[in-house]
Amino acid sequence: MMDMRVNLGKLSLKNPVVTASGTFGYGLEFSPYGDLAKLGGFVVKGLSLKPRMGNPVPRLAETPCGMLNAIGLQNAGVNAFLRGMLPQLPWRETAVIANLYACDPDEFGELASILAAEEGVAALEVNISCPNVKEGGVLFGQDPAQAARVTEAVKKRAGDKPVIVKLSPNVTDIAAIARAAENAGADILSLINTLSGMSVDIRTRKPRLANVIGGLSGPAIKPVALRCVHQVRKAVSIPIMGMGGISSAEDALEFILVGANAVQVGTANFMRPDFSFRLVDELPLLLKKIGAKSLDEYRGSLRLD
Amino acid sequence: MKIEGGQCDDVRVLSCAPAGETGRKYGMWVLDVENPGWPKVIAGQFAMLRPERFGLTLVWGRPLSICRAEPDRIRFFFQEAGRGTAVMAGLAPGEKLTLWGPLGKGYAVEPETPTLLLAGGMGLAPFVEYVLSHPAPQNLHLVFGHKPELSCYPFDALACGRGREAHREEKPGDLEAFLAVLDERVKAYADGLVLACGPKPFLTAVARLGAKYGARTQISLENRMACGVGACLGCVEEDARGHYAQVCKRGPVFWTKDLKFFQGAGS
Repeated sequence: MMDMRVNLGKLSLKNPVVTASGTFGYGLEFSPYGDLAKLGGFVVKGLSLKPRMGNPVPRLAETPCGMLNAIGLQNAGVNAFLRGMLPQLPWRETAVIANLYACDPDEFGELASILAAEEGVAALEVNISCPNVKEGGVLFGQDPAQAARVTEAVKKRAGDKPVIVKLSPNVTDIAAIARAAENAGADILSLINTLSGMSVDIRTRKPRLANVIGGLSGPAIKPVALRCVHQVRKAVSIPIMGMGGISSAEDALEFILVGANAVQVGTANFMRPDFSFRLVDELPLLLKKIGAKSLDEYRGSLRLD
Repeated sequence: MKIEGGQCDDVRVLSCAPAGETGRKYGMWVLDVENPGWPKVIAGQFAMLRPERFGLTLVWGRPLSICRAEPDRIRFFFQEAGRGTAVMAGLAPGEKLTLWGPLGKGYAVEPETPTLLLAGGMGLAPFVEYVLSHPAPQNLHLVFGHKPELSCYPFDALACGRGREAHREEKPGDLEAFLAVLDERVKAYADGLVLACGPKPFLTAVARLGAKYGARTQISLENRMACGVGACLGCVEEDARGHYAQVCKRGPVFWTKDLKFFQGAGS
């Protein structure tokens, strides 16, 4: 069997399959459908200092080859996660990654310090790209200076936890944001978050989301995501987790081909709840089938001549 | 660490046929798929179905109430309501679909308690399993309100010892008469158990009557959902404490007293 272990700097994963924040609950929801310990890791639903109720319904709309969501970071709060959920997760066997959301850099720092003290948390993913909340959110991810401020605030309080900065595609130059995050101390980048989008009903004349605008995900966004990973790969030297519309092992390899060190799976977890577990098995078989010598050999081997 | 949940399997379609003689006219279908070995189903639970035909175009599975679970097959009863169900209506025997279930919380079963089942239209589906699996059907009473012909619904198979009645809405005034029937029946079951499934206005009327007569009442919600397993947070409904609860995990069957939507139903 091909060696599928990957090292993203200080973050070591048993394989490159990680589930994306907001699509995998707190992990436990998917435990009836597979062994969580089998995954390279999973990023839990975005955590804030205080519980958040999230946006009004409807929060979801299905669109061609994708979906829009405007959940608004409903979550139980960081303390409820650490007390009630983390102890139940197989964090010794797989990387449990906390996704952080806050309204300002100080609050981000406070969250980071709380999570940095937890043995069960493998890394911190900083959400500077949520399109569905009023304060902060994507604004931090659209300006290099702001992205750097948040990254520094988290990095300062994160102890020895690797800091992953999650980038938004809703920018003019994603490479500039990526460089800003790298220079501010980010250990890893994850991209892309959802694309800002909208859907309306011509009969009721209403938007399909109560929040009007939401985040587009699913197979529809894969070409955009690949382009972003390609551009960021050329701009930075830190490891990248690539995501956006992965719904097969082939899709996952496309991201690795353009230089992603690991991948995150999002909407496909909704297409079937055992998707990510199956992907762990399928990836090495497909690599072998297409003649790759190893994961390391294949990564970033895109021929541009 | 395992938590309660269903199982995910690729199964084959056994048949998909119009429901009754005129089912096609109304886009009403009975879909049978292989039972992948579900250990147990509680009436009121649902499953997610995602036909291979959805390809990449339709990303979500479709949540359908479990109409009947038998050792060799799971039966669903659905009406075309959009792109997904339109594709499902065309499923042929042998086609593959991904099935995850059984999911969520079903209806209360209290064998010795006189139980009133209130179904509106497609809301009859979970009561097929309920009646056929109930240990004491002599304690059940079914009231069914519908618009298409009765022959479109699996009504005849449901033997309920305390009574079984169907009311069709065909002309103005029928709805008011039906609501008057509901009022009388809920009143008669004030000390029993009232279970309802159907469109939201119907459920609201039932909840109001349950509150009026102090009857313990459960209703089943069908909020739009993506995952069915409690992760996407799309299907939430505000509970009595003002929190958003996932319909797919905490429901789809709720006690009306636990939901905010129905709190004001008594006033």
